Amino acid sequence: MSRLRAVGWLLAKDLRLLRRSPLVTALLIVYPILIAVLIGFALSRGPEKPRVAFVNEIPTEEQASVGGTEFDKAETRAELCGRIECIDAADREEAQRMVADGEVLAALILPADFLERLNSLAGLDPQQPTVEVLVNEEDPVKGQLVDDRIRALITEANLILSQAVSEQAGSYLDLIVDGGSFSVPFLGIGDLEILGLRRSAQILSEIRDSLPASSRLEGLDQVIRFAELARENLKFALPLLGAIAEPIAVDKQVVSGETPSLDAFAIAVAATVTLMFVTVLLVAGSLALEREENAFPRLARGLVSPGLLLAEKLALGIAVSVAVTALMLAGLSAFVAIEWDRLAVIALAIVAGGAGFAAFGAALGGLARDVRASSLLAFMVALPVAFLSLIPSGTVEPGLYTAVEVLRVAFPFAPSLEVMSAGLEGAGSIWPPLLNLAAIVLIYAGLARFGMRRFA
Amino acid sequence: MASARDQAPGALSAAAEGEVVIEARSLRKRFGNREALRDVSFEARAGELLAIIGPNGAGKTTLLSILAGIRSPDEGTLSRTREEIGWVPQQAALYRKLTVEENLRLFARLEAVADVESTVAEMLEQTGLADRRGDQVGTLSGGNQQRVNIAIGLLARPAVLLLDEPSSGLDPRQRERLWQFVLALSDAGTSVIFSTHYIQEAERYGDRLLVLADGERVFDGTPSDLHAAVPDSRSDDFESAFVRFLRERGH
Repeated sequence: MSRLRAVGWLLAKDLRLLRRSPLVTALLIVYPILIAVLIGFALSRGPEKPRVAFVNEIPTEEQASVGGTEFDKAETRAELCGRIECIDAADREEAQRMVADGEVLAALILPADFLERLNSLAGLDPQQPTVEVLVNEEDPVKGQLVDDRIRALITEANLILSQAVSEQAGSYLDLIVDGGSFSVPFLGIGDLEILGLRRSAQILSEIRDSLPASSRLEGLDQVIRFAELARENLKFALPLLGAIAEPIAVDKQVVSGETPSLDAFAIAVAATVTLMFVTVLLVAGSLALEREENAFPRLARGLVSPGLLLAEKLALGIAVSVAVTALMLAGLSAFVAIEWDRLAVIALAIVAGGAGFAAFGAALGGLARDVRASSLLAFMVALPVAFLSLIPSGTVEPGLYTAVEVLRVAFPFAPSLEVMSAGLEGAGSIWPPLLNLAAIVLIYAGLARFGMRRFA
Repeated sequence: MASARDQAPGALSAAAEGEVVIEARSLRKRFGNREALRDVSFEARAGELLAIIGPNGAGKTTLLSILAGIRSPDEGTLSRTREEIGWVPQQAALYRKLTVEENLRLFARLEAVADVESTVAEMLEQTGLADRRGDQVGTLSGGNQQRVNIAIGLLARPAVLLLDEPSSGLDPRQRERLWQFVLALSDAGTSVIFSTHYIQEAERYGDRLLVLADGERVFDGTPSDLHAAVPDSRSDDFESAFVRFLRERGH
């Protein structure tokens, strides 16, 4: 009897058993569609903006101006509310209640003197404006999110303001160097003519030229030299002020790793998680079922060798992997663009990932006595491994990350994610993770075969 | 329903009645320091029902697993290969979510039976489950599941059929129906070797008894011969006589 035909009959039997288990079949269909829809919505809608209560205590007639830069209040508010969802609160008390009740993540309060202090920044008596933030930190993750968002907003606002202040300071320097008119309206000072260093030096030079040669000119020469030196050096102050406004500029260069786009990475994660759950649970359960139904001794008694039965289970896992992932990608394509011209590489990635997870599932199925135990074991092992595999380098202690690296290499999740990313968008070389998966298939299939010795 | 003997189908094997169809010689099996089988020899003839009985740990399951080809003997020979012997495990080795017909068809294909459909139809007829062919095995009674279990062991038309405690876990009515089915197989020429804990069952259905104790063959003969081998046991029932037989031999 052809071995291939035997595998085919066993495969048909397993698919029929699947069909007879409505819950499992429904899960196999619903799960990938659900994941596809959730990921699709997440990708197409972008991240949700945190809801923040907004209290504006600034008198409506006040205008925001720093130096010569006028800030349109409506535009500024629109800019702010583009980053967060602003929920208007009538007053501080209402904002406080909204935060306490969890209606909003935080409240942002612009005090009455905010603009006055803001306007003073470019004046001679600067006062630092303060924004009040009320937060509810009952949930540390939520607290961190609010902190990050508001800190980012304030940092950006500070940058814009410091640039405006620097520009104003630069205009003062120009005035000192080149001269011109200057007024301080709030001190009641009208237009003042400032002579400037350049003009001062010229006047002094003209005076010096008109004085008799017998006059003591050394002191005058010193003043003229100082005025020229000061003028020349103050020219360098302008770029220096610009540097203070934005002391650190970012120049990002990727030195290693071809990073996939966020969309492709999210799809790859979704596909890999789906592959993992469906394939590991299915193969582990299917192999454990042979033991639970007492069928293994009958099969292994000359009808089908244990190795062939294992091959059939791997084939089942791969077949279902391809079907489920294809279903998921088809669902996702309604939301995001999938590069279908890369279909061959995507298929290779799915088959390779499916084989890795199928071998892993077979090893778990070989350990378990029945289907329930195999499912429990699959969840207990696969879920933490998947989470740990997603830890990026540099975010945990080096020693811990070494352990994570071992997990990444020893379990199929990380290499499957890498082949999937490579398949979907060509991020990174597909060969190293493929080789990793090949080794994983061999090792776990060997473990499964060893475990099957206990079946008879 | 008519008895299984009344419905006896055509002979499953080509062996002529009375012909020796399996012969085991000097079988030995050791598990670590324990000798599970010690120099056990026997033979079975076509159409014969051979009961293997004995106390727990006597070596019944070990002997059956060697005959089935699941284990290899450390020493000794068998006249038949694994492929020529049908084996029916104690617990039904069936896929409960598949129907009776699907189970039979799957194993018939794996057994490389020449005409799968007619063999399946024949087995359905033989088990009396033709009208339940479309039922999932999990919905059948224990007795009917055991019938399907046995039918699968018969798919390759073996000359010898091994039944490992076939009536275990069945109620008396199911047991009776099962034995009608087995007797019909025997009538059709299949040599049936079965192990059992029910001594009355061995007496009632076994043409011959093979008694094992501590891995040794202590008796090989008919139930009447065993009765006769125990002095003054004529008034005892068979089980009491069997217990006395073992006790007198130090088991």
